[in-house]
Amino acid sequence: MSATITIALSKGRIFKETLPLLEHAGIIPLDDPTTSRKLILDTNLDDVKLVVIRASDVPTFVEYGAADMGVTGKDVLVEYGGDGLYEPLDLKIARCRMMVAGPKDGVVDESRMRIATKYVETAKRYFAAQGQQVEIIKLYGAMELAPIVGLADRIVDVVDTGNTLKANGLVAMDHIADVSSRLIVNKASMKMKHERVKCYVDLIAEAVASKG
Amino acid sequence: MVHNVSKENNSWLLPEGIDEFLPPQAERLERLRRSLLDLYSSWGYEYVIPPMVEYLESLLVGTGTELELETFKLIDQKSGRLLGIHADMTPQVARIDAHRLNRNGPTRLCYLDAVLHTRQDGFSRGRCPLQVGAELYGHAGIESDVEVIHLMVETLRLAGLDEIHIDLGHVGIFRALACRASLTGSQEALLFNALQRKAKPEIETLLADLCNDADARTMLLALVDLNGGREVLEEARRVLSAAGDEVLNAVDKLQQIADFASQRMGDLSLHFDLAELRGYRYQTGVVFAAFVPGHGQEVARGGRYDDIGSVFGRARPATGFSSDLKTLMALSDTALSRPAAIIVYPCEEREQRVALQTFIAQLREAGERVVEFLPGQQVNESETGCDRKVVEINGQWQVVEI
Repeated sequence: MSATITIALSKGRIFKETLPLLEHAGIIPLDDPTTSRKLILDTNLDDVKLVVIRASDVPTFVEYGAADMGVTGKDVLVEYGGDGLYEPLDLKIARCRMMVAGPKDGVVDESRMRIATKYVETAKRYFAAQGQQVEIIKLYGAMELAPIVGLADRIVDVVDTGNTLKANGLVAMDHIADVSSRLIVNKASMKMKHERVKCYVDLIAEAVASKG
Repeated sequence: MVHNVSKENNSWLLPEGIDEFLPPQAERLERLRRSLLDLYSSWGYEYVIPPMVEYLESLLVGTGTELELETFKLIDQKSGRLLGIHADMTPQVARIDAHRLNRNGPTRLCYLDAVLHTRQDGFSRGRCPLQVGAELYGHAGIESDVEVIHLMVETLRLAGLDEIHIDLGHVGIFRALACRASLTGSQEALLFNALQRKAKPEIETLLADLCNDADARTMLLALVDLNGGREVLEEARRVLSAAGDEVLNAVDKLQQIADFASQRMGDLSLHFDLAELRGYRYQTGVVFAAFVPGHGQEVARGGRYDDIGSVFGRARPATGFSSDLKTLMALSDTALSRPAAIIVYPCEEREQRVALQTFIAQLREAGERVVEFLPGQQVNESETGCDRKVVEINGQWQVVEI
């Protein structure tokens, strides 16, 4: 861990919505991740780099100090678990809801429902808290398909507009949690690069607050 | 050929997180082990070797569920009872102090052994760390805390680490505030978990739900941001001024430890974090950890745990630290300076053999590495790592360059 500050982001929505916040902290990337094949992006500051990785890898990079800071969804953090990193700031971007959804008028055996999801920990915890024993089926995508083809009775997934659910004849049933992106910080960086890290956290907090 | 066999047959595979050390790493590790034990001995710390397995209930007495989950268990065929393989030696050493040694004055103990964890943890992802540590029992003042912090820093320096950062906290602050907010055990655990992640938005929501006392709420929330340089202690006195003597005394104690430690160790990079609660279940006072650049997690940690002996019949003040020798070695860049060896060819003449063996013994005693050439050996001199050989010159055995 040199004097450089490395910030881990994921491509797509989080990257786009994080940029204005970073800009307020004086950090502007020199490359565009949508056109560049580089995984480490230079910024206008010599000692700040961005790494663009998969959303679910961001906590791992930050916990082990491969990146000092990162931006990732609360959904990813809950799945990642543990208390190995700091999450001091809700960036209030990439907002969506973690929901239980199912076929509109499907009849299911409530005694042991099969739940298809990418969010295994979240689903386990939610149904346990409801006092319900369920079977979890781990999928990596296209969750909406599972109830249609009879693979599962319900799905647990993040819902933004709800259009995908509707298009596949599913309805949102229970609201598990609101999800938004968090700024996360490596524990050692918070201590050894304290002044700079805290300064960026404060500036980004300012940007979040000014957006309302 | 050997390679092909091993590809089909996986019997060479080690379990996840279990490692072995080969030359020259094993020798580096052993050198470091010896020099650390010598260091502790020179500070008056006595070496103890707790057993590798114990009855589970005595191994876990007075510890949290976390350690229970970390502990490998097996059944003792002789007694039918459950045994545990030690995952942390600190409680064992505390038992040795409280129950076995039973001394009145300060007791300094150190230990170094492999421990086993059920789950992979830490940067190395290893499940078999070499735990090394030192504990000081029987003294409640800050002097013993500072001595232990100093010895922790010396441990890291000896391992070749520099730019050491020390993080200081005090569990008494959170404990007193949680008590004032009259949180139940499970509420406190929720808040503790969020505080360890400095998850400010979560803490705000939790406090709004759990705590009616507005003052306590403000102060508990303030803990999240009470981290940084020495100015944090000033800030803490200001924002926690209504918290009562227990909290303010804890802040004073941190100040005294910081001052005293800086005096003793010169320019020490100190960082304070009043929300850092490592080992909260059994720690009772100051807690500390060491960080070095290039490693995203702490490399050593410790603190005060004054009550641990009480379950063994005698509560003694205690403070100590521990670390993992494998992590230290991985971070250390000190190369092993292995002396080159001397090769000895077999002697044909019977009567000379005794003289040659005496000569070899003398060389070894003088610290040389001497390798005897075996008949039929098909390796040349340079491949054996030898740079000198023993030859007979005028009836005398002598060492010459190869």
